[in-house]
Amino acid sequence: MTFLGMPPFPQAAREALGDTQLRRNLAHATATIRAKRAAVVAEVPEWEELRRAGAAIKDNTLRQLDRHLLRLERSLTDHGVTVHWARDAAEACDVVGRIARSHGVDEVVKVKSMATQEIGLNEALAAQGVTAWETDLAELVVQLGDDLPSHILVPAIHRNRAEIREIFLSKMEGTDPELSDEPAELAAAARRHLRQKFLSARMAVSGANFAVADTGTLVVVESEGNGRMCLTLPEILVSVVGIEKVVPTWADLDVFLQLLPRSSTGERMNPYTSTWSGVTPGDGPQEMHVVLLDNGRTRALADEIGRQALRCIRCSACLNVCPVYERTGGHAYGSVYPGPIGAILNPLLKGVGTDAQTDSLPYASSLCGACFDACPVRIDIPEVLVHLRSQVVDVRRGPRPHAEAVAMKAASWTLARSGRLRIAERVSAVFSRLGRRRLPGGRRAVTRLPWPGSLWTDARDLPAPPAESFRKWWRRDERS
Amino acid sequence: MKVALLVTCVNDALFPETGKSVVRLLRRLGVDVDFPDAQTCCGQPMVNTGYLDEAVPVVRTFAKAFDGYDAIVTPSGSCAGSVRHQHGIVARRGNDERLAAASSKVFELSEFLVDVLGVEDVGAYFPHRVTYHPTCHSLRMLRVGDRPLRLLRAVRGIDLVELPAADECCGFGGTFALKNTDTSVAMGADKARHVRETGAEVLVAGDNSCLMHIGGLLSRQRSGVKVMHLADVLAGTEGER
Ligand code: SF4
Repeated sequence: MTFLGMPPFPQAAREALGDTQLRRNLAHATATIRAKRAAVVAEVPEWEELRRAGAAIKDNTLRQLDRHLLRLERSLTDHGVTVHWARDAAEACDVVGRIARSHGVDEVVKVKSMATQEIGLNEALAAQGVTAWETDLAELVVQLGDDLPSHILVPAIHRNRAEIREIFLSKMEGTDPELSDEPAELAAAARRHLRQKFLSARMAVSGANFAVADTGTLVVVESEGNGRMCLTLPEILVSVVGIEKVVPTWADLDVFLQLLPRSSTGERMNPYTSTWSGVTPGDGPQEMHVVLLDNGRTRALADEIGRQALRCIRCSACLNVCPVYERTGGHAYGSVYPGPIGAILNPLLKGVGTDAQTDSLPYASSLCGACFDACPVRIDIPEVLVHLRSQVVDVRRGPRPHAEAVAMKAASWTLARSGRLRIAERVSAVFSRLGRRRLPGGRRAVTRLPWPGSLWTDARDLPAPPAESFRKWWRRDERS
Repeated sequence: MKVALLVTCVNDALFPETGKSVVRLLRRLGVDVDFPDAQTCCGQPMVNTGYLDEAVPVVRTFAKAFDGYDAIVTPSGSCAGSVRHQHGIVARRGNDERLAAASSKVFELSEFLVDVLGVEDVGAYFPHRVTYHPTCHSLRMLRVGDRPLRLLRAVRGIDLVELPAADECCGFGGTFALKNTDTSVAMGADKARHVRETGAEVLVAGDNSCLMHIGGLLSRQRSGVKVMHLADVLAGTEGER
């Protein structure tokens, strides 16, 4: 499954909003994780300082990204790792596929990774006859259900226990038909299925949460321990790492390993943090590759306001606090990166003006600012959204403006002189006797307008315009 | 101190009573507030929809209208936020730093009352059951904190009840309400439900645009709940009612 051909956000959101089960699942899941996060963040008195430190480390690194990446390459190579550079998704998938084929491997186990989802690695490998098995429980549910991820941390957040049980029964070979929907039983069934894969697969594919330039260390932060299995059992390990994941030194992890678990799962510390620095003879994978992935990151880096999105540590706190995400779910964003970060990251990586779906994302927000407050690396998502909106408008400027552009030009003309506004208000006062409904307090309200007014009045009453504007009252009454 | 009222285009054209309330309230507190007649709009509808070129002439008019004043008071957290945080963006686009001249002078009403005038009890009387929605831009862009609540708690006769999930967005979001109308309405419906749960007669907020959205839903549901701007509550005194 891929997100190709998704409709623009408003349309996709409308469909999702009609799914009451989905809305219940999401409201419950996000409320739970929001409360957990709020509690563990409140425990840390220096949380604001940590956020600032995290942002500063990332910004400083991004400022000299080339230098840090070359240093990372050297450290990795010194520790026996083969480093590959991939400009885009196709190049990255090609590298991984070639490694698999060169070893005659037709099955790989995967550590949960956003970068590999971003490049559509599973589909690309399948096309080359290699099956990729997701080992993260939620990713497995999505994969078996032939479904799409809808959350960064919990890709199957849109599913409840009963739905997961159905998926396991119909899609996971050898599942006991007596399986209940108790979480412990579901996890045990998945474990039995995955154990076989861990023991048989000769190659693993991972991402990395961080890559330390100094030491050539990759870091994976996880909850289940399935990642640790993939990182230790197979002979070959390939890690696909976005170039923005580099941090200069091991000491920098101190900040991020405090920020990430609290923001992400709402835990003080996550259960499993795996770090590895190249090949250790006789212990773990004996052949290691790192694919350093650009895929639009240098484009984002070139955008002075947008580049802060590259600080993102993929914690999903912004999704969990977003009132839009909570109601529409992740699929409506048409990308493996949904929610507020998706609304900025996708246009930044792909560039605005490429397709209507991407261009609709910066508008998928009420600009309420909850995401910025929750973000552990202080990405000012509303600022970037507004910035990207201006890019969308600017690429569409042309000789034949569409209805919205005409309306904005007319508004701009009217609002450029108070005399023009006064005339517009005098015209609108003509409609002050419009509408039969009375609002509490007695004011008239309009309940039905033709398009585009219907966009408002289909669901909301609108107060009728007053007989006299404020400025008219002031002129008459107050100006001495 | 020369104080100007930024009434905002929405209040000027749709909610003039709120503008009058601010004038009445400030005069009662001894502030001789002026209304610079050349003002129109802060430019936020254009900026937030991405139309920066279109915002430039509007913000130029704004800057000229408020030139020479020491403080600008506005009954809108959203417009105060726009002047404070977005006029710089428009100034860069227009290549004219004077367009951002008002940024440091603007105060949302509760900021002006509590921080500049140093009052919390403004002598108001409002014998009703009220709940308060802190609008997003007041809360997270301006960080007005509990200033509006401190003002409301000092109102005589008021029965102030807490709104569940108060700090969650109502879904208005300017042109978001039209461009993503389904999502906007879904968010507003939850807000309206929370308002009804409180049993309040009146929902108060510091932004009439958000109230127009929530109030429009409350009216469509025939809930009987009235929406009122903070200024309209604070302007009322015992003598008048
Ligand atoms: S943008 Fe911030 S809050 Fe959202 S996923 Fe990235 S780091 Fe987390």
